[in-house]
Order: sequence, then structure tokens, then C-alpha cells
Amino acid sequence: MTDLLIKSADIVGKGRQDVLVRDGRVVETGSVTAKDAEVVDADGLILLPGLVDLHTHLREPGREDAETVRSGTRAAAKGGYTAVCAMANSYPVADTAGVVEQVAALGKAAGYADVQPIGAVSVGLEGKQLAEIGAMAHSAAKVRMFSDDGHCVADPIMMRRALEYVKTFGGLIAQHAEEPRLTEGAQMNEGAVSAELGLPGWPAVAEEAIIARDVLLAEYTGARVHFCHVSTARSVDIIREAKARGAKVTAEVCPHHLLLTDEAARTYDPVYKVNPPLRRESDVAVLRGALAEGVIDAVATDHAPHAPQDKDCEWAAARPGMLGLETALSITVLALGGPEGVDWDTVAERTSRTPARIAGLEAHGRDPQPGTEANFTLVDPTATWTVVPADLASLSRNTPYAGMVLPVTVQATFLRGRATVLNGKIAEETTE
Amino acid sequence: MKHLLTTKELTRDEAELILDVTEQMAEAVTGREVPKLPALRGRTVVNLFFEDSTRTRTSFETAAKRLSADVVNFAAKTSSVNKGESLRDTALTLQAMGADAVVIRHPAAGAPQRLTEWIDGAVLNAGDGTHAHPTQALLDAFTMKKRLGSVEGRTVAIVGDILHSRVARSNVWLLSKLGANVRLVGPPTLLPKDIGDWPVEVGYDLDASLKGVDAVMMLRVQRERMHAAFFPTANEYARLYGLDERRLRLLPDHAIVMHPGPMNRGMEIAATVADSPRATITEQVTNGVWVRMAVLYLLLTNGETR
Repeated sequence: MTDLLIKSADIVGKGRQDVLVRDGRVVETGSVTAKDAEVVDADGLILLPGLVDLHTHLREPGREDAETVRSGTRAAAKGGYTAVCAMANSYPVADTAGVVEQVAALGKAAGYADVQPIGAVSVGLEGKQLAEIGAMAHSAAKVRMFSDDGHCVADPIMMRRALEYVKTFGGLIAQHAEEPRLTEGAQMNEGAVSAELGLPGWPAVAEEAIIARDVLLAEYTGARVHFCHVSTARSVDIIREAKARGAKVTAEVCPHHLLLTDEAARTYDPVYKVNPPLRRESDVAVLRGALAEGVIDAVATDHAPHAPQDKDCEWAAARPGMLGLETALSITVLALGGPEGVDWDTVAERTSRTPARIAGLEAHGRDPQPGTEANFTLVDPTATWTVVPADLASLSRNTPYAGMVLPVTVQATFLRGRATVLNGKIAEETTE
Repeated sequence: MKHLLTTKELTRDEAELILDVTEQMAEAVTGREVPKLPALRGRTVVNLFFEDSTRTRTSFETAAKRLSADVVNFAAKTSSVNKGESLRDTALTLQAMGADAVVIRHPAAGAPQRLTEWIDGAVLNAGDGTHAHPTQALLDAFTMKKRLGSVEGRTVAIVGDILHSRVARSNVWLLSKLGANVRLVGPPTLLPKDIGDWPVEVGYDLDASLKGVDAVMMLRVQRERMHAAFFPTANEYARLYGLDERRLRLLPDHAIVMHPGPMNRGMEIAATVADSPRATITEQVTNGVWVRMAVLYLLLTNGETR
């Protein structure tokens, strides 16, 4: 493999440097000259450590009509990601060593991003019997994060045991916080808009009640809990207080909860149906502030591809979820102050370093230093782009941002020094 | 007006036009030997009902036939995505058959609005989930106008399960637009959250809310709601929120009692109250046909051949 020389990149907005990569690792930074290296001119571009997504639905195995590991990781690369954590709600559910190993192997074969499977907490996500968490942890997929995402681990004794059990290998539980009795039949955020539209409401308190309970359980057991897709202002308060007390709590927010509100439901277009639902403008403002401040640790996409028939229907019949991988960076930049005001180091922290740390992906989320793996993305901070669903790399088209003009473009993504995206185009050959 | 989906989107002028045309329809047909007008001859009106509602379907069918339209009844199974045809495919089928207007009743809020994206004809919402039922509100307003002389300045109490009621929602927007004062009355469990911006007063005490009203509209309450803890028992509900003879006497003498039907006698309304001369329940049914004639006529002709 020829050496790679990234010339004159602005490293997380802190100044220009060249980065020389050999055999997938950084060998030199600063002002570098190299013979026979493939040169990528990064003049005017920001270099970020490759993005890490804590929350991706790749749909394989089971719903390959909506997304595959290959198509989903191509979308990830296009969005600047070098690693994604694949959620467990596939068919079959990722609740055995066999399934998580299959997903990891598919990721490796595709070669567009590292795929770290998340294991189910309970068998079949049913919340009745603990899945073979130890077997998944000790499998080739080395699962550390467990989640019944799509479903809440609602039973408090199941949650307590799961938190205790994963302590043996330093694991964590990623909780989809939704008290199920408070959200039976729920279709959208409960509030003024749901009252008018006659759609059954998903009250904020259903999320907050579980977060409050699980903060207490985490403190009681001394275990780690991570909160998926935090969507309300009051959840932020509870997490802030828990962190101040020293609880081992982390939290993610989704791009759509940083930009869109429940007003979008007025269209009755299910492209805006998502779980947890789009909330109020005031929640959006608090979530943005919490992300900037670090009370919310990471941006996670909850990338949820759906086949056309699952969205091209009436609201109540539609499946919840929206695409996220290819738009997440742009929306994060918007939410953190826009392309001119944004602090790139904070962007790197929330989209790469911290999520890598939470997921235990040691080779990711690292700024270029001699010896580190060359997992980077190059971003054009001045460019804009228009979201055209048909142009997305995902197999599905359910983006809520169709037609929107978004800031910043991903010019290149490198996975261990190999370009998965170059000049804004996905590389077709990816074998290492 | 291309479609009629909600009363919220109607302007006051449009609402008043519909009520004026309703009056004309009633006058044109009443007392005739053949109660039929030729206005919609050659037009096809499809009744697309995903919920059983013989009352509403028959009312629309009668209205369309009195305007000489061809009526097709398309009874569809509830569209759970996995069973039966999708709403979109049904819409494309109707589009291919050349429906001029589709009257849709659907258990999912917003289904009529989705339908407008897939077909060219007029869409008339005959009730979608707990969202809207605009022709019911229009016939209620027409009934008030006939019985009370006007809607403007009148006070209406809407009582019962507001949370699950498309009739209540449609009446809130329409009656307030027409200048009425609207009171919503029910237990907090059956009132939607966050309705502070609605043009209504909200009360939990029925006796107090009946003072000075010109009309009281009782909503149907499903007994099964008690299993989801909306209220303890049917008896307690009837005691606190049912309209019985004692409460009827609290109303001013001229006040009317309305109900969209079907009624639970003994639950939200006592049998004697339902049968009293103050009750307008059967008039509402008659007026429903005139209102639906007016709406079909306006949507399909843009009022041009009037």
C-alpha cells in the first residue's frame, strides 16, 4: 500500500498540518514531504477524527430491502463515519453470539466502516429473559454495549440485573427510555400539536421517568448506563444532576431532535414519525445547549431506514424512524452554531472522540498523532449541499431533510488510511 | 375549496357559504314530489369507509343521490399494513376508476390528507381517527342556526370524552370561527393536554358549566374507556357528566340538547332527556343530509352552476 500524504489540513480547527500515513497508521505530522506518496490536497478542509455512531440500524439480517450492512456503511462513510454501532433489533434479533459475529463479519467484508454490533439485553427484545450477554461479550464481535432499543428495558428487576451483569467485563446498557404503559398507542409528542391533530400523545414524562429510575439504579449498582436518543428538556436536567453526583451516566442526542419539532406532524407525512417523537421548539433549544455544554455526550444518528411501503401510508400505520448517517454532521454543525461559529474541537468531541470512548472503540476517535490509526474525515466547512433522497447512499429514502440546504460537506473519509470516500464520492473498491 | 378535511382550515366566509347553500338545499328539496336535483348528474362519488358507520355512510349516500350523482360504496377493511391493500393502492385504484369525489372515513388521523396526495378528485373527510369530522360540525352549526336563530354570540357546552372526539375538535374550530363561545366539559382524563391556546373555556364541573348555555352537546362515551382508567365506572361517569332531568332543568328555557349519535342512553344522556322536545337529535340527522349535499355540490361544481 502506497503512503498517503494529507496536505495542509486544518486539524480540528486548530491549525494546518500535513499528515503522513503508512500501513494504516499515522507516521508523521507537521510539515511533511514524502516521495511516492499519494497526496490528498486538504487545503481549506477541516480534518476530524472519523465519526463514530453509537446508534445505527443496519437492518441486516432480516430487512435487506431497507438496508444492508454494505449499503448502510457506505452511507456512513459518505457521512464521515469510520465506525458504527449496529443496533440489535434485526431479524433474527442480535441476542446470540452467532448473530453479532455475522453482523461484524458482514461489516468487515464490506470494508466501508468498522461495524461494532450491539447485543440485545433480553432474548428477542421481549424483556422477559436475559440474553446470553456473556457469550456475546466473549465472541469474536467483542460486544460491550447492550440494548433492547426499539423497546425499553421496562422491568426494573431486568434492568438492575443487566446493569450488574455487564460490570464483569466493563460493559454498559444503552437504554431506550420509554415507559411502555405511558406510551400505549402513542404516535407523536403529547402537547398542543397532538391535541389538535388527534394523534395519541407520547408524553415527555414517559422518557423522563425511566431516565430518573435508571440513574438511580446505575448509582445503586455502580454500573454504567447510556441513554439513547434523549429528546426532552427535563431529561437533560435529570442527566445533568446525575453527572454532578458522579453517576456513570452518558447520553446521546439524535440530529433530528436538534433541528425538527412536532409541528412537522401537521403534514401527517410519516417521514416525520420517529421514536422518541419530535418534540417542542423549547426542547430543541435545551438539547442544543446540553450538547454544546457536554451534558449530552454524543450525537448518535438512530439511522433507521425503512422500505417505501412502511412510510408511504397513513401516519398510524407507518414505522417510526428516519435516515441520519449522511446528514448528521451537517446538522450537528448547524446545532452547534453554524459553519462560521462552530467550534470544530467540540464537533470532534461529540461526534467522534466521546462516542468512541463510550463504545470502547480504542482505534477510533483519535486526532492524528504518530502511531494512531488513520481514521479521519475531511470536511469542507464553506460548502453547502441540497438533500436529494434519490442521491443518498442508503437503500432507503426516508429522510426528513429532503430539499433542505445544509452546511458543510464530507470531502473524504479514511479508514485505516484507505479512502472510503474521496472527492465527495464513495470508493467502489474497499478491500484492505 | 378543493377538499374538505377539517373545519380549522375553512375561512369564516367559506363556512357561512356552506351553511347558506345548506339552507338552499333544504328549501329546494323539501316538500317536492321527487326530492332530487340534477346538479351532479354524471359525477361519481365514492364512499370509502374503513370503519363501519352505517349512519354517516347512508347520509352521504342519500346526499349524493339527491344531487343525482352516481354513488359507489367501497367498504374496505381496516388498513393495518400487513393485512389487505394499502391506503395508497386503494387510492390509486379509485383514481384509475375516475372518482370525482371520495368521501373517506378512516380510523387513522390524517388519512384523508394523505389521500389528497394520491388522487386528483375532491376528498371529503367523513371522520378520521380522533382528528376531525367537519360535516358533523357543519350540521351542528346549521342546527343551532335553525333552532337558535344564530351561532354568533351563542354559548355551547361540549361535554364528555373530548380527548377521543373528532366531533368536539371540529366543533371547537367551527363554532368559535362563527362567533360562538365554546365550553369544554369533562374529567381531566378525557381532555387533551396543552389546549391553553384553544378558543375555549375548560371546566370539570358540569352543573356550573351549564349556566347560561344556549346549547349543550353531549358526546358519546365508550364504556370500555373505564378499563383504561379514564373513569372508574359507567355509573360514576353518568352521575358526574351525564345529562339527566335535574341537569336539564339547570338549562335556560330556550337551550337545546344536541348529540351526534349513536347515543348511550343512561350513560352520557338520560333516555327522557334524549326524547324531550329540547333534544335536536333527529333534526341533526335530517340536517346532515342537507349539509352533505351542500358540501358535495360546492366541492364538485365550485358553486359555478348554482
